[in-house]
Amino acid sequence: MSKGWPLWEIFVRSENGLAHKHVGSLHAADAEMAVQNARDLYTRRNEGVSIWVVKSSDIVATDPSQSDELFAPSEDKAYRHATFYHVPEGVKNL
Amino acid sequence: MSDLRVEYVLRLGDSALVLAQRTCAWVGHAAVMEEDVALANVALDLFGQAKLWLDYAGEIEGDGRDADAFAFARDSGAFYNLLLVEQPNGNFADTIVRGYFYDAWSALALKELTHSRDERIAAIAAKSAKETAYHLCRSEDWLLRLGDGTELSHERAQHAVNALWRFTGELFLGDDVDLQMTQAGIGFDPATLREPWLARVESALQTATLERPVEGWMQRGGKQGRHTEALGYLLAEMQVLPRSYAGATW
Repeated sequence: MSKGWPLWEIFVRSENGLAHKHVGSLHAADAEMAVQNARDLYTRRNEGVSIWVVKSSDIVATDPSQSDELFAPSEDKAYRHATFYHVPEGVKNL
Repeated sequence: MSDLRVEYVLRLGDSALVLAQRTCAWVGHAAVMEEDVALANVALDLFGQAKLWLDYAGEIEGDGRDADAFAFARDSGAFYNLLLVEQPNGNFADTIVRGYFYDAWSALALKELTHSRDERIAAIAAKSAKETAYHLCRSEDWLLRLGDGTELSHERAQHAVNALWRFTGELFLGDDVDLQMTQAGIGFDPATLREPWLARVESALQTATLERPVEGWMQRGGKQGRHTEALGYLLAEMQVLPRSYAGATW
C-alpha cells in the first residue's frame, strides 16, 4: 500500500520565533494526509507548534560528488565566523 | 442523585475505554507504519479520557474504586458503553466507519458537557473535546478516501456503513438517567444531538459517494448494561492479566 504513496519531508517549528527544522520523512497519499501523519508521528510529545510538509521529489539537493568544490573552500576562512562578538547574557536562540 | 451521576459518568468513560481497547488492537497490524502510529495515538487519547471519567466516577461513588478497578473488575453487565464501540474491528473500513460515527457523536456530546453544572465534568469534556476534534477530522478524512477511493474500498466502506448503522440509534436514545441529569443541568438530552449528527454524517456520506442506509431496526441496551456478544471477548482479553495476578505492577 505505502509503495504507491510518495515520500514527504517533514519540517517542524518547535516554538514561535524559531525556524522550521527538518525532522524526518514519511509516506502519505497527498499533502493533507502528510500533515496529519506528521502530526501523529513527529509532534506527539509536544515537539511543535507548526508543521511544513514538502514532497521529497520537490527538493533539489547538492550532488555529493561536488562536495569538495562546494564546501571545502570555506574550511580555512575563520574570519567569516562571528567569533569576536560577545553574546549578551540571556540571549538563547542566536 | 449521586448514584445516577456515577452511572452517567461511567457511561462516558466506558465508551471511551472500550473504543480505546478496540482501536489499540490495530497496533502492529495497520497497513502502513504511519497509520499504525496514528491509530495508537487515537487509542491513547481515548484511554486518557476513559481514565479521567472513571476516576471521577470513583470519586463521586466514594467507595475507593478508581479507573483500574472499574476497568478490570467489572463484568460486561456492569459496563455502560454504547453498543457501537464494542463492535469488532473487522477490516480497516469497519474500524474507520465505527470510529467516525462515534467521533461525530462524541464531538457533539462533549460540547454539550462543557456547559455542565458539574465543574469536573465540564473540565474533562473541555480537555477531551480538543482530542476528539482531531479524531473526527481524521476519521472523516478516511471515510471520504475510502468511499470515494477504489472500487474495493468503496464496497467495504458501504458495507461497514450498512452493518454499523443499526448501532447509531442508541446514540440519541435517552433514558431516565439522561433525563434526570439533564434536568439537574449536569448532562444533556441525547435526542438533541440527532439532527446535527445526521446533518454532518449525511453530508460526509454524500461526498464519499456512499449511500445513507434507510432507517430500520436500531439496537439498544449498551447504556443499560445489555451488550452484544462481542464485549465479553474484549473484556476477557483486557482483564485477564489483572484478574489472574491481582495487584500486579511493573
